[in-house]
Amino acid sequence: MESVYLAIPLFPLAGAIIAGLFGRQIGRVGAHTVTIGAVAISFVLSVIAFWHIVFGGGAVYNESVYTWMVSDGITFEIGFLVDRLTVLMMTTVTSVSLMVHIYTIGYMHEDPGYQRFFSYISLFTFAMLMLVMANNFMQLFFGWEAVGVVSYLLIGFWYTRESAIFANLKAFLVNRVGDFGFLLGIGAILAWTGTLDYAAVFAQAGDLANARIELFDGAPWSVATVACLLLFVGAMGKSAQVPLHVWLPDSMEGPTPISALIHAATMVTAGIFMLARMSPLFEMSETALSFVLVIGAITALAMGLVGIVQHDIKRVVAYSTLSQLGYMTVALGASAYSAAIFHLMTHAFFKALLFLGAGSVIIAMHHEQDMRRMGGLRRYMPITYITAVIGSLALIGFPGFSGFFSKDAIIEGVHYSGIPGAGFAYWCVLIGVFVTALYTFRMLFLTFHGEPRMDEHTREHLHETPLVVTIPLILLAIPSVIIGAWTIGPLLFGGWFGESILVLPEHDVMAKLGEGFHGWWGFIIHGFQGPAVYLALAGVVVAWYVWIRRPDLADRAAERLRPVHRILEKKYGFDELYQTVFADGGRRLGGVLSRVGDQRIIDGWVVNGAARLVGRGAGLMRHLQSGYLYHYAFAMILGVLVALSWVVLSA
Amino acid sequence: MIPLSHYLILGAVLFAISMAGVFINRKNVIILLMSIELMLLAVNMNFVAFSHFLGDLSGQIFVFFILTVAAAEAAIGLAILVVLFRNRGTINVADLDTMKG
Repeated sequence: MESVYLAIPLFPLAGAIIAGLFGRQIGRVGAHTVTIGAVAISFVLSVIAFWHIVFGGGAVYNESVYTWMVSDGITFEIGFLVDRLTVLMMTTVTSVSLMVHIYTIGYMHEDPGYQRFFSYISLFTFAMLMLVMANNFMQLFFGWEAVGVVSYLLIGFWYTRESAIFANLKAFLVNRVGDFGFLLGIGAILAWTGTLDYAAVFAQAGDLANARIELFDGAPWSVATVACLLLFVGAMGKSAQVPLHVWLPDSMEGPTPISALIHAATMVTAGIFMLARMSPLFEMSETALSFVLVIGAITALAMGLVGIVQHDIKRVVAYSTLSQLGYMTVALGASAYSAAIFHLMTHAFFKALLFLGAGSVIIAMHHEQDMRRMGGLRRYMPITYITAVIGSLALIGFPGFSGFFSKDAIIEGVHYSGIPGAGFAYWCVLIGVFVTALYTFRMLFLTFHGEPRMDEHTREHLHETPLVVTIPLILLAIPSVIIGAWTIGPLLFGGWFGESILVLPEHDVMAKLGEGFHGWWGFIIHGFQGPAVYLALAGVVVAWYVWIRRPDLADRAAERLRPVHRILEKKYGFDELYQTVFADGGRRLGGVLSRVGDQRIIDGWVVNGAARLVGRGAGLMRHLQSGYLYHYAFAMILGVLVALSWVVLSA
Repeated sequence: MIPLSHYLILGAVLFAISMAGVFINRKNVIILLMSIELMLLAVNMNFVAFSHFLGDLSGQIFVFFILTVAAAEAAIGLAILVVLFRNRGTINVADLDTMKG
């Protein structure tokens, strides 16, 4: 199986290289054939690997294939760990990637950067696979940075747009903040365990929990807590948690396929995956778990609220992604790692579906993204409409759809959790359900229902998008409906993840939840006994009433709740804060350092100052050079006198 | 018998006179040259005196060398002086300050 495992990431890499370097020679058709072929092979092999590990009883593969270097006893290796968690991620990543590859043919077919785009998304698939298949921290970090680079390249794909360049720089810089914490976390682990290998580190997790570090005098912290918090800072950057979430909405400047692939389904879930992978460490620190829980809860609720006031269709979906990432983070904080991964997987499908659906609308509307100029599209685009409804129902957690199972599992898990902050988080995720339904159906109603608000010219040309666009929608709609019911039993309650996720018995909320679990049908019935389903339905009804029945009500409500509305429109002022404090503050500090530090001190005093000092000294000395012979002779005699008297007196 | 110290004092006096000639003279380059010659003679005085009192003739032989060189030097110095006068029209020491910084 080793060659299969190796081939899975290498095929997309080869595809990326061919499409990227020889794009001109192989042409457009060549580029998409090569990359789609490579990703398709990768997908098939992932399914084989999945089958082998899960059903074939295959052993967990944990080998290093190449030693990059050994420095002071620390080995830096390329190695692969393929267990149940990994194969699940691999299959999700490659399948969504494959859909997005196919969809891209339709979305980008007029774009001059066609080959470049295919090269980038294949490269992304490679990087993401390297990330999830890593068996050591170095390769994890490599994948982590590589997906970041590709994300940067793709957000700025239309590099002549001012806003795209701003957005990709922003994404890059915000991720740097997170990555700095991530690197410090890896450093802390390396310093205390002396190894980068997962298995070796996890074996020492208990020692890490008992070791103490004094960050502040007189306040010893467990090393496990410090390392976990630092690693989570990395996850906050990559998975866009408050307060490092600001880059994700702006990343929608990139083409829609990558919004679906990178900024909804896969890359942003890297942080979630990483935390699940690090479960043996996080279990050692209740402080870290509590922090994760609270941050996730704030993200889940606060970002959902912002989604209600957005007008750009892609931005609504983007804020929805932030909110759902918050849900996953909450699950991690509650030690419901399997629920987090479960939600990650279902979310990957239905959010990719929603993004691609939004993209389909954008194609039909000739790249118009403002929902205020849409409406009534369901008559023109039935397939897009139906798939979007399916995606929306999955997103709000409508009973039976995939999102219902994963979201309900998270809410119930938090309910059972006893760690500090769980009560707060429970209310956040519960209100979040209502908010999710509200913004999702607002988007759906504004786009597909009501009176058409676009101009005549656009309306005449409205028609369903081509097959390469609608087929991925249909293919993604199928798992969005069934995958939850299909996999909830084994994934959450069957001990499916086995060795790859460790949960301490006192944190094990999934086990408590599992006691009342009797099949997926029972889970649905049980769901009706909780408030979440009714909250979701209430959200839908409110959305229908406000945006369909009484369209004037939305504006009146916005008028009445002016302060709240303003706060939401300003997105709580994070952007302004960062812009003034960090961006402008940084530039001002740079300006001061440039003027005072560089120009005055270094240039003025050190460099030019030294020259001026020599000049002044020479200016003084030149007066000694009178030019009169007798002065020189006198100086000579004086010198002789001094030298002689020195010799005589010292003798 | 005149003791050695007298000769040495004579040499020192000659040297001092020539030095004063170099410093105090502000007028004439010829006087400067003459002072330098006198300085050499003061040195010669010491050579001869030591040679006599130490019974070593090489000191007196050295004096001949110095005299020869001094003669050559005087010739060259005067030649330079002539050229200087032609170019500058003066041999006033106070005017010769082209080395001023």
